[in-house]
Amino acid sequence: MESLSLTTVLAVFEEMFGRGLFWVMVLVAAAITMAYLYVLIRDRSMSMRKFLLAQVSMPFGGIAAVLFVMVMTNSGFRDIGGPIDWLVLLGVFAAGAVGFAILVYVGQSLVRGTSAKI
Amino acid sequence: MIDLEKIVASRRGFMGLAGAGGAALAFGAGSAEAAKVRTSARILILGAGAGGAAIANRLSERLEGAQITVLDGRPQHWYQPGFTLIAAGLRKADYSISSTTQWLPRGITYINEFAAEIDPEANRVVTTGGQRIDYDYMIVATGLVLDWEAIEGFDLSMVGPETGISAHYASPEMAEKSWHALDKFTDEGGIGLFGRPATEMKCAGAPLKITFLAEDIATRKGNRNKVELIYNSQADNLFGVPVVDHRVRQLFDDRDITYRWKHVLKAVDAGAKTATFATPDGDVTSDYDFINVIPPQRAPQVVRESGLSWADKWTDQGWIEVDQSTLRHLRYANIFGIGDINGVPKGKTAASVKWHQPVVEDHLVSEIAGRAGTKTFEGYTSCPLITRIGRAMLIEFDYKNHLVPSFPGVIAPLEELWISWLMKEVALKATYNAMLRGRA
Repeated sequence: MESLSLTTVLAVFEEMFGRGLFWVMVLVAAAITMAYLYVLIRDRSMSMRKFLLAQVSMPFGGIAAVLFVMVMTNSGFRDIGGPIDWLVLLGVFAAGAVGFAILVYVGQSLVRGTSAKI
Repeated sequence: MIDLEKIVASRRGFMGLAGAGGAALAFGAGSAEAAKVRTSARILILGAGAGGAAIANRLSERLEGAQITVLDGRPQHWYQPGFTLIAAGLRKADYSISSTTQWLPRGITYINEFAAEIDPEANRVVTTGGQRIDYDYMIVATGLVLDWEAIEGFDLSMVGPETGISAHYASPEMAEKSWHALDKFTDEGGIGLFGRPATEMKCAGAPLKITFLAEDIATRKGNRNKVELIYNSQADNLFGVPVVDHRVRQLFDDRDITYRWKHVLKAVDAGAKTATFATPDGDVTSDYDFINVIPPQRAPQVVRESGLSWADKWTDQGWIEVDQSTLRHLRYANIFGIGDINGVPKGKTAASVKWHQPVVEDHLVSEIAGRAGTKTFEGYTSCPLITRIGRAMLIEFDYKNHLVPSFPGVIAPLEELWISWLMKEVALKATYNAMLRGRA
């Protein structure tokens, strides 16, 4: 790559998903993050029960993310070739796991409100 | 219960940081805007492919008041790096097809005709429709032509599963027909012939990729023992960069792909299913059940007749005589070349086109602004060399045949990696499109 600036990366992501979809995805991610912050601030504490369920759901989010990437890119686990491939795979898993956990936590908080807090 | 003040504080800090990043981004864009150069120069760009579209976008960003004209008779834009994926059944033809106009900036003149006559002495081009265009600066980005007629007995109408003939270089539709030929071959088995022409060619890795993919597809179908794969090299190597050549040879040996040196395809007999190769020891005729035809490649006729070509190099091919570092024509200082048309030692690839852009932009805009350009092109080219569906080697090199990895220590160039495949599958088209818009 000649230069890998932030603008280049943004341009590439816009092209990858389409400008509209990319920014919708960014907004959705931002909205979930904001909702997470909102329930944290609203409750002034973190509910361990909700956090537990969120943690339990992490592997599912991670596995779903890995399978999604594999299917979308015509690849399989036999294609993992070197350390960087394992890191990419772990990164995809981690992103899926964390994203899903936050989603589950936020979902519980918004649905149940503060009453389920322990 | 957990006290969250610290987390909230750190998140606020993070948000602040992100905001600062956004501000820096906006500032960066603003400063580029301020650098516009005022001019009334008439700039003619021959070709609206990868090179022509990208430089049109870049110049219209950098110049204020320039009269930019783009000449290209083909209404379709083809994403050529996708042809291999189409020919392997991983994408449909429409993956590589878009319209030429969608990539061109506003405020320029686009003429949907080819050049019929180029007169660099008079700074004038006449189009196929008879329009006369005078220019102050010209950028030649015509690309090259595939000389199918040089293969005796061959016609593009033959491509398809009935004949076992594949010609995925020709167009997205031909790449899809080529897939049906490969699909049938890997179902039924037989002898598959691959190879490359003796001229300079675009993406010298592509003939190797389709060979690797044929091997992989036959293996996945459980039919590997029914197919024999023979690669015909025009030289005595599989790739012009020695270190890559050795690696590809090792992989071909591992996968039982046979290779023959100095075999150049000269004729195809579709009825008898035989192919004739010119070799130092005379012609050799081989039977085939499947053949991938890649013809000799040359500059378009109009360029070869323009006097822009090298007089003493590539005389049968006609690449234009540019300085290999600045890409400025050596005899006509107001003419530059971008992409496949350039008579330079390496790199008829979209990756090279990407690196040609900032150099030509710098020298042209600097000259208009009364300065001297400083950027140089070192011959960078790259090839995500697919070795099977799901893996590739990210090979990048320069004029000196040195490997120049973009991610040294992270992505090993000669390793078959999934991440290199992901780049080809996911990131490459996006990067290419961003390049077309002058943004990468």
